[in-house]
Amino acid sequence: MPTMLMPTMLTSLLAETAALPAVGEDAFSGFVRLLTVFLLAMWVGFEVITKVPQRLHTPLTSGSNAISGVTAVGALVVTASLASTAGTVLGFLATTFAMVNVVGGFVVTARMLQMFNPKKK
Amino acid sequence: MTSHAWINLAYLAASMLFIVAFKLMSGPRTAGRGNAIGAAGMAIAILAACFDPKVTGAVAANGAWPLILIGAAATIGGSIGATMALRYPMTGMPQMVALLNGFGGAASALVAGAELASTVAAAGGESASAAAQASLAPWSQFGIATALTGLIGGLTLFGSLMAFGKLEELKQFKKAWTDPKRHWINAGLAIAMVALLVAVCMAPERQFFFWLLVAVGCTLGCTLTLPIGGADMPVVICLLNSYSGLAAAAAGFVIDNSVLVIAGSLVGASGLILTAIMCEAMNRSLVGVLFGGLGTVAIADGDDVYAGKIKSAAAEEIAMILEGADRVVIVPGYGLAVAQAQHAVRELSDVLEARGCEVEFAIHPVAGRMPGHMNVLLAEADVAYEKLREMDDINPTFAETDVAIVIGANDVVNPAARTDPSSPIAGMPILDVDKARTVVVVKRSLSPGFAGIPNPLFAADNTLMYFADGKKAILDLTAAIQTG
Repeated sequence: MPTMLMPTMLTSLLAETAALPAVGEDAFSGFVRLLTVFLLAMWVGFEVITKVPQRLHTPLTSGSNAISGVTAVGALVVTASLASTAGTVLGFLATTFAMVNVVGGFVVTARMLQMFNPKKK
Repeated sequence: MTSHAWINLAYLAASMLFIVAFKLMSGPRTAGRGNAIGAAGMAIAILAACFDPKVTGAVAANGAWPLILIGAAATIGGSIGATMALRYPMTGMPQMVALLNGFGGAASALVAGAELASTVAAAGGESASAAAQASLAPWSQFGIATALTGLIGGLTLFGSLMAFGKLEELKQFKKAWTDPKRHWINAGLAIAMVALLVAVCMAPERQFFFWLLVAVGCTLGCTLTLPIGGADMPVVICLLNSYSGLAAAAAGFVIDNSVLVIAGSLVGASGLILTAIMCEAMNRSLVGVLFGGLGTVAIADGDDVYAGKIKSAAAEEIAMILEGADRVVIVPGYGLAVAQAQHAVRELSDVLEARGCEVEFAIHPVAGRMPGHMNVLLAEADVAYEKLREMDDINPTFAETDVAIVIGANDVVNPAARTDPSSPIAGMPILDVDKARTVVVVKRSLSPGFAGIPNPLFAADNTLMYFADGKKAILDLTAAIQTG
């Protein structure tokens, strides 16, 4: 059972770390906090994804591809903060590209998965 | 609680939804829900971003402009994405995924560039921000993360574009770029990359270095992807997928945002695992795929292997054998996708099953051009998920199989991988079709597969070659069974 428990434990640990207050931390401890989040999330990723059967690898690839479009969050903020002209223009492009990735990725995955489930056709 | 905490909480909820989404992806029945939950997580994260203090501050100062701007960008991007996703034919999934992946990489690199431009602007002038100046200090988290995001993002973008060109079989990409000078070019680019990484980290405010680094990343994306042959594409797609995740995670370090870091590293991990699985399925190292190309071992001439031993058969003859079969296993390869024969194959399996024959499909992990490519293709043609069997599952059953039909696959059924230790594909796990009572190989000619080696299976005593285009061959065969 320990392998079953691993992702659950990691997930709750990850939740706690990501929610840690950033109050009064210096630059380096901020980095360590993000690094912790990064490594724990990698680990959760490894644990969860090794269980995906080969037959679902294509939807997994395109679904995770859509999730990598999360950079849209950063793109939105940098664009809308209007901090500099160059930043806004580049941010606008970034938002557009990221949204192509997000919407395209989720729609294509949904289309693919629908075919795995003939009843819904 | 400050509004900042609420936003972080929303990001956290989004991150957890992403993890749940990945978890649900592991079953065919729950995968659709997983995808929807992932999309919901994304919607939450994007909505939360609209309430970021930087955004609300800009709205307070400039009115609705910032929101109109991001609304416009999101609408343009979203409609392009949706149109592509809905219009693109299912057979073109590998290229579609590659292209979308490139957009993600480009977005991350641009986020880093935009953030850098805005930070440089904020650090100068009369009302210079101390925080911005601290970000631009040498070897700051901001500087290092910006450099890495630009590099990985650029590499992902151009790597994906090249992969798209190859998968779409554009003329310019027909031949893999195998100039031996490429190793020197790559070495030069690697040196430039390290030098520029150091330069950006030491002086982030010099934006020229950053864009030069992005350009080097883009060039590396081309020079590393172009030499890779078609059959190694599954590895490339997985690796690029992983890179786009890592670029997003690095962008998370740039803007100090945990949802980017979490989602990015989940994708990074998923891509890395798939890459490892694909490499294992070909018995090749990742370094070998990226830099090697296939070894140039002295290869037995096809004529020696095939001379006088090839038996070819016509549709009627094969139909007769199939009529007496109790168990048939169909082995699809990339040729099935090229010939668009998935519907024809489904019909054939229906006809055989109506006659009381058991039909299953044997799927090699690297068959096709992306992981799980054959599964998607056959699912499109309504082949039941349960009939698609994985290699380790189905291999022991070939001995009890009357007929194995190989369509458009070659290297993944080459027994030389098992028997000939000097073969370039020695040790690669293969589908043991040669153990079936009769093997029917549907192929246009005796031309070798990607590995460029002859396949002793074609010359085996129990093998019948059926020379024809995949789709026409199967249609003729189905017709012959129905009339016979």
